[in-house]
Amino acid sequence: MSTTALAIKATALSQKHISLGAKMVEFAGYNMPVSYSGLNDEHACVRSAMGVFDVSHMGEFILKGENALDLIQRVTSNDAAVLTDGKIQYSCLPNDKGGIVDDLLVYRIDEKTYMLVVNASNIEKDWNWIAKHNTKGVDMKNISDQTSLLAVQGPKAILALQKLTDINLSEIPYYTFKKGKFNGIDNVVVSNTGYTGAGGFELYFENEVADKMWNAIFEAGKEFGIKPIGLGARDTLRLEMGFCLYGNDIDDSTSPIEAGLGWITKFTKEFTSKATFLEQKEKGVSRKLVGIEMIDRGIPRHDYEVVDAAGNTIGKVTSGTQSPSLNKAIGMAYVKTEFAKADTEIFVKIRDKAIKAKVVKIPFYKQ
Amino acid sequence: MNYPGDLLYTKDHEWVRFENNVAIAGITDFAQKELGDIVYLDITSLNETLNREQVFGTIEAVKTVSDLFIPVSGTVLEINQKINDAPELVNKDPYGEGWIIKIKALHEDEKKDLLSADAYKKLIGA
Repeated sequence: MSTTALAIKATALSQKHISLGAKMVEFAGYNMPVSYSGLNDEHACVRSAMGVFDVSHMGEFILKGENALDLIQRVTSNDAAVLTDGKIQYSCLPNDKGGIVDDLLVYRIDEKTYMLVVNASNIEKDWNWIAKHNTKGVDMKNISDQTSLLAVQGPKAILALQKLTDINLSEIPYYTFKKGKFNGIDNVVVSNTGYTGAGGFELYFENEVADKMWNAIFEAGKEFGIKPIGLGARDTLRLEMGFCLYGNDIDDSTSPIEAGLGWITKFTKEFTSKATFLEQKEKGVSRKLVGIEMIDRGIPRHDYEVVDAAGNTIGKVTSGTQSPSLNKAIGMAYVKTEFAKADTEIFVKIRDKAIKAKVVKIPFYKQ
Repeated sequence: MNYPGDLLYTKDHEWVRFENNVAIAGITDFAQKELGDIVYLDITSLNETLNREQVFGTIEAVKTVSDLFIPVSGTVLEINQKINDAPELVNKDPYGEGWIIKIKALHEDEKKDLLSADAYKKLIGA
């Protein structure tokens, strides 16, 4: 393991993670905590109590102007016209070859102002893609480098966070947000979103107050057993919910229809690759992203081959892990459509052996 | 992290303790920490005779999988049955209850190629 220290970016809290003894890794060019007390322990803490993820590496763009909605409608697959102030939408940026540039969240701040939240590894690619389509003078601002983002997740998150603000958190439904005073700091975006299925909030604020926010949240969460959580548990938590990870389960070569993201692909408007996706929806696709669960012992991993009983290749694993909550091996895989039905027997090639598994419905984990 | 001075180490992050010509081997504290929570070990080499650094099994952690390399040439005499039921012992007590295999070592002189605790610490920058 060698690290090119010069090229690695830090978040406003990287030093904090190091001082707390986190195991650090480079992720998407940032020096990020991958684990603290141990993956299983962190995972359980988020499911049963609460935990805090520093996800400041994520990218944020502000799009402002008369034509902001028009631009968003053309570059994203979901219908952003249904958003009202304070609402959030999961969406994706299709490329012109029927693949996915990135998946993202669209926040409507007001009629003419939107915030797009994108994956860290795709900030530059997304920016260039959107800028290329910005033919009607929408004011675009990349605020990623000055914005910190903490995901405070778990059933106790709302109780702890409520101590720090007068905003009534119970009045912020899932996929909505409020901007206001939090821990004495103005203009904090308090968003009922996350990537864990455990409930909780995501908080966007300026880098300058990152330390102050971190400390206040940990003080407020003390009585609930709050812990810092690394990217390792973030991945197992999202996988138990069957949430896609860009670069694993979706990428430039997969379509949202194949990936089970038809629900964020709305044909009521014009957008990139619409015709391709419409045809896929009407005529069907040859492969589908499905949940898999191992029957015999083995853990599926990214890029492992999926075969049928006769040993013919029928697909590929995109994500896999031992599920800490369910204590079984789970994953996601693209398989030929005829194998995509729940309970279909399939096999995962693990070190040259075909290990028995089956297709299951997602989410794997249900509260 | 802990690297007992009475053990020998490999660059593949295994440790060895010699009891006459039987070598007891496991993975180092560094290795278990890098792997994270261990789910199971898959060791199918019982009674097989392997050359030094050949793969004798694999170790599956929640997030990753890694090969296990035999630290000295020899025959795999015994696999720790306890870690079948409780693989977390490899995380909790890598040099004790979390030992992995016993090997009937074939070449006494391979010992000199193994690393001392200090040399291993230097290797991992501890």
